[in-house]
Amino acid sequence: MPFAVAVERVEKRFGSLLALAGVSLQISEGEFFGLLGPNGAGKTTLISCLAGLSRPSAGKLVVMGYDVVSNYRAARRLLGVVPQELVFDPFFTVRETLRIQSGYFGIRHNEDWIDEILANLDLTGKADTNMRRLSGGMKRRVLVAQALVHKPPVIVLDEPTAGVDVELRQGLWQFIRRLNRDGHTVILTTHYLEEAEALCGRIAMLKQGRVVALDTTSNLLARFAGHTLALRLAGSAKLPPELSARATQNEGMWTFRLGSLGEIEPLLAAMREAGCVIDDLRLTQADLEDVFLGVMQSSDYRKETVP
Amino acid sequence: MISGFRTLLYKEVLRFWKVNFQTIAAPVLTAVLYLMIFSHVLEAQLQVHGIAYTSFLIPGLVMMSALQNAFANSSSSLIQSKVTGSVIFVLLPPISYVEFFFAYVVAAVLRALMVALGVLLVTIWFAVPAMVAPQWILLFLVLGGGTMGALGMIAGIWADKFDQLAGFQNFLIMPLTMLSGVFYSLHSLPVFWQQVSRFNPVFYMIDGFRFGFFGVSDVPPENSLAVAGTSFLMVSAATLALLRSGYKLRS
Repeated sequence: MPFAVAVERVEKRFGSLLALAGVSLQISEGEFFGLLGPNGAGKTTLISCLAGLSRPSAGKLVVMGYDVVSNYRAARRLLGVVPQELVFDPFFTVRETLRIQSGYFGIRHNEDWIDEILANLDLTGKADTNMRRLSGGMKRRVLVAQALVHKPPVIVLDEPTAGVDVELRQGLWQFIRRLNRDGHTVILTTHYLEEAEALCGRIAMLKQGRVVALDTTSNLLARFAGHTLALRLAGSAKLPPELSARATQNEGMWTFRLGSLGEIEPLLAAMREAGCVIDDLRLTQADLEDVFLGVMQSSDYRKETVP
Repeated sequence: MISGFRTLLYKEVLRFWKVNFQTIAAPVLTAVLYLMIFSHVLEAQLQVHGIAYTSFLIPGLVMMSALQNAFANSSSSLIQSKVTGSVIFVLLPPISYVEFFFAYVVAAVLRALMVALGVLLVTIWFAVPAMVAPQWILLFLVLGGGTMGALGMIAGIWADKFDQLAGFQNFLIMPLTMLSGVFYSLHSLPVFWQQVSRFNPVFYMIDGFRFGFFGVSDVPPENSLAVAGTSFLMVSAATLALLRSGYKLRS
């Protein structure tokens, strides 16, 4: 099966800063792929290299079989990018913007598709409004529309829901999900981890320009898994040191990460023995945020998962 | 293949046309103010090459306005899209650097032609200059506009902020275009300044352009054509090299 995107040992240097330190990953056609990492991890740099906005210092990137440097015309025609920054050209209306963007990709008479995108992004009523007069959320949706004018098989969204309100965010995801179901490969970076958890089939986590985790979302969740037990002690009681060493404290709540539910019983027994009275207790299933924090704290994870 | 170029050119023309009050009407007004003041002061005192001063002045003003606006068009478009970030829309599509170059330069030449036509039409009210060799007029307008359009691309790519671009405009473009024989014949200058003027390529663009109107000039029009053509090729080559390297556009 051909890869929609193949990244091979890509390095990007800005002066003495190594923004990408040898990133390799493959994304298959039709995947919904998440790219996560803290600010400065290299997500946007990687996307810029993929889109031809940045040139890699070493390594190569391939979109649907086409090298993004040596065969940039074919590669760019197959790629749609929604940039992170909220940018727009103040001279034009929404429709003009989309017509012009179509023309850049060699597409004329694109009205039917433009109307369809506008309808799906709830922008039909704003088609003839100047870009300057749109709200932030609308401008963001026009950016999505611009990335789709040429029906690219691979769509990259760099933090597309920043500043978009909840209702519109739902609508946007419905649309992107539909595009994914129709066969488009989607690559997403986001700060909303619950979004990534709900949408992405596979996730790569970047840290300081390296891939530190790369697995299916369900494997990542299963591996870090288990559960977390959060509890509050009555009065000014303290946890015995052998227990507090295993927990993290936040505003009076002690949180234990559990490998299995079987660990609860001995934990509670130890507390009873130490005379601790529990005031409040919550048991939650680990989510992607726990996985993310776990991975970012121990960067050895990749060695376990990537052969 | 050509469609990226065509759309980018269309976009660049639409961009200045949508604000034509600033991009065409304003420079025409400026040129007319120059003409009113200088012809009022000098018409009775002066003839150049045996031509009445107002008539002599018109072609120079037309060309100066055209050149300044060709530079302004490509440079302001690039700096604006860089500062606002919208330059990404032309960097993501499959547009080659050669298409990119020609789209901006041709748009700059079109703006130069419109400004030139505007100034000419309005100044007819003051004096109707002859046009003995229209092909020279068009040739110098296109080569001069192209050179300045390409130079504007270099300035727009290089500048990170509006004030850097303003510096380029005020300390290079303005002196080059103002001290180019728009308002006088080279022969009226002291020898030293005549020599200095001969190093200014804009002088040749204006002198050759004026030859197209009156059939007289400070230097033979063929020489001016050689200088204007060489300037265009050199500035174009430099611009293309910058674009090819991705300097300040693709990190």
